[in-house]
Amino acid sequence: MSQDKAVITAENLYKTFETFQALKGISFTVQAGECYGFLGHNGAGKTTTMRMIYGMSTVSQGTLRIFDQSISLTPPSIKSRLGVIPQEDNLDPDLSVRENLEVYGRLYGLSRASSQQKALELLQFMNLAEKADDSVEHLSGGLKRRLVIARALINRPEIVILDEPTTGLDPQARHLVWQKLRSLKAEGVTLLLTTHYMEEAVQLCDRLAIMHEGRILEEGSPRELIGRCVLPHVVEVHLPISGMPDGLESQVRAMGGEVVQVAEGLFLYAHDGQEIWDALPRWGLPQHSCFLRPANLEDVFLKLTGGHGGENT
Amino acid sequence: MIVIGRVLYRHWAVFRKVWWTNMMFNFVEPFLYLSALGYGLGAFVRPMGGVSYVDYIAPGIVASSAMFAATFESTYGSFIRLHYQKTFHAMLAGPVTVRDIIVGEVLYAILKSMLFGIVILLVTVLFGNVHSWWALLIPPFLALPGALFALLALCYTGLIKSIDHFNYYITLFITPIHLFSGAFFPVEAMPAWVNALIWLNPLYHSVQISRALSLETLHPGLWLHVVLMLAAIAILLPLPVRLFKKRLIT
Repeated sequence: MSQDKAVITAENLYKTFETFQALKGISFTVQAGECYGFLGHNGAGKTTTMRMIYGMSTVSQGTLRIFDQSISLTPPSIKSRLGVIPQEDNLDPDLSVRENLEVYGRLYGLSRASSQQKALELLQFMNLAEKADDSVEHLSGGLKRRLVIARALINRPEIVILDEPTTGLDPQARHLVWQKLRSLKAEGVTLLLTTHYMEEAVQLCDRLAIMHEGRILEEGSPRELIGRCVLPHVVEVHLPISGMPDGLESQVRAMGGEVVQVAEGLFLYAHDGQEIWDALPRWGLPQHSCFLRPANLEDVFLKLTGGHGGENT
Repeated sequence: MIVIGRVLYRHWAVFRKVWWTNMMFNFVEPFLYLSALGYGLGAFVRPMGGVSYVDYIAPGIVASSAMFAATFESTYGSFIRLHYQKTFHAMLAGPVTVRDIIVGEVLYAILKSMLFGIVILLVTVLFGNVHSWWALLIPPFLALPGALFALLALCYTGLIKSIDHFNYYITLFITPIHLFSGAFFPVEAMPAWVNALIWLNPLYHSVQISRALSLETLHPGLWLHVVLMLAAIAILLPLPVRLFKKRLIT
């Protein structure tokens, strides 16, 4: 698959449900072979965007192009080139693990033999071979998720769409899924995913869009976003707001830093972490209640989305 | 058309797994009707135009079993696929449209309707209630009422929010249809306005044809029942497609 070729282009997409505006004019481009992620709270519009791409939602306004075809509701010809992992597992509980794959393969027009062959390959790939004849009902959450992913690959999709692929999984299961997704990407498959896990976004995504209330606030690689949106060092102050010394914010600002309130604590951002750390006792902040670390994607997310909730100091 | 075959393949794969429990359970009720009404009550009923009461109601019970099979599949069965198992969502992520899904549902309901009809028909044959080789046409004929009852049920399924609402459909719609269909007594005996109203009852048409085939009382007027059923199917078909589109595609 050729690189640097746009497979999905959205321009000024809107989605309105009766009176509620779920998407308020988002634009983005997904290149062939990359992993593009949407990071946002529940209700930010991530799932709406995904549903629009895989044909469960119509475009209210704006343009959406998939594989160079402009669409208002994704047609079967395009859906046959996508793989979809929805938020909810929708496996067939009456069928076995293997049958779930085979039946789904037939839906894409595979012959019985190639459907069986492909199911076997995917069971191996997702480490499910031992469970092939088990009933789906008795699978753990992690195994079900792996089966849903395997099922989405039965048609050798060019783009795989994952709506919160690892929500509710334990760390081992999550790492296994990540590993599998990376190997898909290495094969040239384009990945499009939504998540609210920062680590998942950093681990998998080449580029990210941070979504909030139906808008894309920032877009870029995790590293770019950290460099662009927040200062490189953070001091987390783990004290109740009422216990903060007066004038702290102006002191930090005087040093060229920023202060962000996160839940019941404060994060102090600075160009020079050591400088601010050394200043803490002078400002009346005990260092044992503070923690100095490099800025990460979570800081970007908190800064961008936190401010809109009116919780900023 | 090919896509619909693929959708149907999924239903067939599931049916192959559950057919035994599925068929056995549904087989009991018509059997009870046949023995309790046909042989129990029938012992006190004088012959109906030269036909014993049990022979008279047997084809009616075949037709009503087929109706129940299609109805249950397209109410509870479809609602579970729509709401609980999200089977339709999974299908729609593939190269399938809502129309393909609905046609697949109707075909599956027809299939079950015919199978249940055949089983009950076999029982009535074994009991000696069937008197004509024309009865061999009953199973293929059952495809028509099967489609009709599936479409009616799917319209209702497309509208309701909770599985409990099927109680209304069964008690207020299917039960009266069942009792006043001409399956258990000739409707000609009823007041004229009931006689007129009964033409709106889909099961009435199904019973008339099944009985004519079973007792070899064929006449050209039967084609009117067939034509009416075909017309109803053609009119109803787009409705569930539209209702399910509304449910599935936002």
